[in-house]
Order: sequence, then structure tokens, then C-alpha cells
Amino acid sequence: MEIVVLVKQVPDTANVGADAMKEDGTVNRAALKAVFNPDDLHALELALEMKDKYGAKVTVITMGPPKAVEILRESLYRGADNVFLLSDPKFAGSDTLATSLILKSAIEAKAKKFDIIMAGRQAIDGDTAQVGPQIAEKLNIPQVTFVTEIESIKNNTIKLSRLSDEGTEVIECKTPILLTVEGGFNTPRSPRVKRMFKYTTRVKEIHSVIFKSIETKNYEPNQNSVNQMMKELISEHIIG
Amino acid sequence: MKHGNVAVFIQQHNGKIENVSLELLGKALDIAHELKTNVSAYLPCEKAGDMPKILFSYGADNVYIIENAELKEIISIPYAKAVVEAVKKDAPGIVLFGATRAGRDIAPRVASSMKSGLTADCTELKIGPYTDNKTGKTYEQLLYQIRPAFGGNIIATIINPVRHPQMATVREGVMKMKTPDNSRKGQIIPLTITLSPVDLSVKIINKIVKEKKVNLTGANIIVSGGMGVGSKENFDRIRELADIIGGEIGASRAAVDQGWVSKEHQVGQTGVTVRPKLYIACGISGSIQHKAGMDQSLKIIAINNNPEAPIFNFAHIKIVGDLNTVIPMMIEAYKKQDNK
Ligand SMILES: Cc1cc2nc3c(=O)[nH]c(=O)nc-3n(C[C@H](O)[C@H](O)[C@H](O)COP(=O)(O)OP(=O)(O)OC[C@H]3O[C@@H](n4cnc5c(N)ncnc54)[C@H](O)[C@@H]3O)c2cc1C
Repeated sequence: MEIVVLVKQVPDTANVGADAMKEDGTVNRAALKAVFNPDDLHALELALEMKDKYGAKVTVITMGPPKAVEILRESLYRGADNVFLLSDPKFAGSDTLATSLILKSAIEAKAKKFDIIMAGRQAIDGDTAQVGPQIAEKLNIPQVTFVTEIESIKNNTIKLSRLSDEGTEVIECKTPILLTVEGGFNTPRSPRVKRMFKYTTRVKEIHSVIFKSIETKNYEPNQNSVNQMMKELISEHIIG
Repeated sequence: MKHGNVAVFIQQHNGKIENVSLELLGKALDIAHELKTNVSAYLPCEKAGDMPKILFSYGADNVYIIENAELKEIISIPYAKAVVEAVKKDAPGIVLFGATRAGRDIAPRVASSMKSGLTADCTELKIGPYTDNKTGKTYEQLLYQIRPAFGGNIIATIINPVRHPQMATVREGVMKMKTPDNSRKGQIIPLTITLSPVDLSVKIINKIVKEKKVNLTGANIIVSGGMGVGSKENFDRIRELADIIGGEIGASRAAVDQGWVSKEHQVGQTGVTVRPKLYIACGISGSIQHKAGMDQSLKIIAINNNPEAPIFNFAHIKIVGDLNTVIPMMIEAYKKQDNK
């Protein structure tokens, strides 16, 4: 069984001091500590529990600046088998739609045969809870959101519990599937010292996976439009 | 060019429409008025029954009905497909969802499928202009999607000028429900969807239904019932008043002990401490322990048939009377004011 866990390094919005607020009312991200998004830690733990129980292989993927390698390292120390960082200056400022497209492309490129994709319910810097369902839509697979517990996985049938507006639902679903995991329903394990030693060198090999998500841009067949196209190609150093 | 309709995803269960959907219809009506366009309601359900009539009365001009036995329970793919079908037919300018668990499950799938942006968890919506400094292009009437961000440390205004429709989820309870106008009429547009086995592979096999989570400490208005309410059935009066004026439900311990309402609603020393703008105590004597949890309320209205009840010693507004007659009067009076 192949499980992909999507994680994010986020500014610690739970502890925003006065010094982190700029005069214009925006947040100075640099003044905030960067942490493993709490819900994502619970998603990772759920995946690792499935690894303990069923021998699943756990691949962790994140998109972010090079510094985000910290949470990948932490994932390895906790028990992940494989980690990938997606880093490109062009990803900066991505909204949830762009993020989901980038992650979807990475999943297809790096974990072709996944059974379950897990993500935290939401990230504390945006609280949008959108990226998971958007990836499921882009991969054309079903999703179950607000998952609290996986009871069993037999063949390709998963029995799990989730929170709904009415209370709790027990769900039966089939792989491949994307699950978003609620925080607070398991206790994320600590990093293991043994694994820290094991992965000291390997971590250095993590390289930025730079890839292109395909976006088709249309230019009208007129002079203005073609001028624009050339200008962009030059500014992107594609032609010289 | 006429602005596309303002659409609302209607969340319902077994024919009972969620309040947040009705609240959003009211907001959609205001926005549609400003944009000189109409309000659409998207209703995926098993059986529509009399729901379209209710939706018209709360502000819908068009109700897109997607009836299907597989839409009895809210499951992501079938519901998202139903909404996408309606969006494709209606080509709306704006689509709103309640920021409920279901709304937050379905809306991103719909947005992804429409390749449009989506703002989560808005607390305010407005229409306004925007000039893009980079291109110099000006947009006259965009939807300002206003929400707390960064763990509530800032308030952000988000716009979506390029892709359509503009989509947002909106928190429950922040938009005011309109008083239903039963004379309003509209058009019903039935749609169908086809679902594959993969679309139907997620199945609910059991449910544990919990009473809705209450948020007493954050409430601006609390309508509280005590022993004087008399019975579990009669507690619906408290619920009705709270619903109509947009308040939460509170209770004395005596009412909780009777099992008329769950413990989460208890106000007082061993319950929650509240400080709303308005606290309406119905059939509550005003014991020390109850008082400890609510006497910091900005305004306290006490309804009690005993003129000697201690609650009158610290209430700002005193109504000596039977709550069974006073509450209906309050509802009536509120509706009249609202219609003006
Ligand atoms: C340690 C401890 C902790 C406690 N903690 C709490 C707490 O957190 N919260 C809390 O609420 N209580 C608490 N209590 C209980 C508290 O002492 C009271 O017993 C309780 O608040 C009484 O509830 P009540 O006002 O609804 O009922 P009652 O005192 O029985 O009052 C009912 C009132 O309804 C009026 N009434 C009756 N019929 C009508 C009608 N038709 N129309 C209008 N009025 C009518 C009556 O005149 C009367 O005033 C605690 C008690 C103890 C000992």
C-alpha cells in the first residue's frame, strides 16, 4: 500500500506577538516561527499508523521555500519512507488552485501508484481547507474530509470515521482516495533518535524538484499580442 | 452587459433546509439588487418537495433542482457534480456556500472543476470597484470577500477579478436571514446528473447524530429558557425566538437537568459565562449560580410570571407575564419591524 502525505510548513499563527504585526496591518512572516502545520502532523501520524498496521509505504510531499526541508526531515525522523520538496520561485504567492495543480502534478510524477493521499484538514496560515478537495478533483478521485479515524483497510476498501455537520459518520470507501484528517484525534509520535542518525546523510540528498505544471497560454495572432509574447520570453530568459 | 446571477448552494437534509443557506439567500438578494440581476438557488436533493417555495420566499428567483436518489446524503462527488451542472447551465457571476463542513467539502471541488478561485470562511461580502495596477484594467463591480486571516490576526479582503464565477464560503450566522415573503414567485429549472460507480464509491454506513455545536460565548444574542418553560416541546418556543432574532440558545441548570436541552447550553457557575449584547431570560428565577454566568450581559430582558422573582433585581427590562404569550408577541413584533 502506498500512502502520500501532503504537508506544509506554516508561520506559527497561534503565537502572533505585537512585533509580528506591521503598521499597515499586514503580518511580517519573517518575525514568526515556522512550524509543521498541526493538522498535517495528525495526517502523518495516521499514515504512519497504517504503515505499522499494514506495512504501507509513506511518501511525504511539501511545496515551499528551501527552508521547508525542515518538516521533511522531521517526517523522516518520525517514520516516513520518502520525502519530496517542491520548490521554485515561481510558486511564491500561489493560491489554493495553483497549489493544488502543482501538488497534483508532483503526485503524478513522484508517486504514480498511490492508494491513499492524506492531508491535514487545513493549514493554520489560511484556514481554507481547500487544497485537499481540489487535488482530489484534479486527480478525478473521491475524497473524504474531516477524517478522525481509520478503522480498517481490507483489500481496497477503507472503513473510517469522519465529522459531518450532524455529528459523526462511519464511511466505507474505495482506494484510490484522498482523505483530509482532523487534528486532535491521534497523538503524533516523536522523532526517533535512531532515525535521526540514519537519515543525517540522506537528508542532504533532498533536492529541489523543479518541474513545470503545464499551463496553456493563448496569444492572439496580431502584432500586439506577439510583441507581448516575445517580451515575456525575453524577460523569462527563455530567449536572449 | 447584465451581471451573471448570484447563486447560493442550498444545503438540506431530508427536506429541511439549513439556516445558513437561507441567510445566504438574503445576502444574495441584496447583492443581486445592487448588480441588477437575479438570485439562483442550487438544490441537490433526493426529493425537492416544498423546498422551492421556501427558497422563493427567502429570496430565490430561480431554483435549479437536481433530484437524484443518490443525493439523499451529502457526499462530495455527487453533490459537487450537481452544483457544477447548475453552474454550467446558469453561468452565474457569484456562487456562495455556507462554510459548514459540507460546504467546505463541496465548494473546493466545484471551484477546482470551474478552475476558479474560492475564498473560505467569509464574514462579510460587499460589491466594489478594483483597479489592477499592473494592467491598468478597472473592474466596476467585484465581490469583496472579507475574512479573518492569519489565525484571526488580520482581516483580509480578497477579490477574484479574472476567473468566473467568483466563489466564497460564508460563515454560519453572520448574514441576517430575511423575513420570508410568501408572495414571492420564481422559476423552477430541473436538471439531471449521471453518476458513475466511482462517483458513488463513498458510502455512509452509520451515523451518530450530535446536537449542533453551540457557541454561547461568542453569541451577540442569547435566548435562555428555564424551569418555567415547562416541557421539552415548549422549549421550541425558545428555539423559534432565537432563530428569528439570530441568537443562540441558553438554559438554566434546571432546564438542562430536565433534559429539555443539552448541557452545552447551560449558563452559569457550572456552565458557561456569557456576555452578549442581549440576554433574554424566559422562565428563569435568577439564582445566584445562574446570575454568575450572565449578569455582565449588556442588556438583560427577563420574562417571568412571578413579580417577586430575583431575576428582576438585575434585569434591565422586566416583563411580568406568561412566557407562552409574551414570546409569540415578541416574534410578531420583530417580524413587523423587519418588514418595514
Ligand atoms: C453548586 C451549584 C451549581 C449550580 N450551577 C448552576 C449553573 O451553572 N446554572 C444554573 O442555571 N443553575 C445552577 N445551579 C442551580 C441553581 O441553584 C437553580 O436551581 C437553577 O438556576 C434554577 O433554574 P430556573 O431558574 O430555571 O428554575 P426555577 O428556580 O424553578 O425558576 C423557574 C422560574 O420560572 C418562572 N415561571 C414559571 N412558569 C412561567 C411561565 N409560564 N412564564 C414565565 N415564567 C414562569 C417562575 O416564576 C420561576 O421564577 C447550581 C446549583 C448549585 C448548588
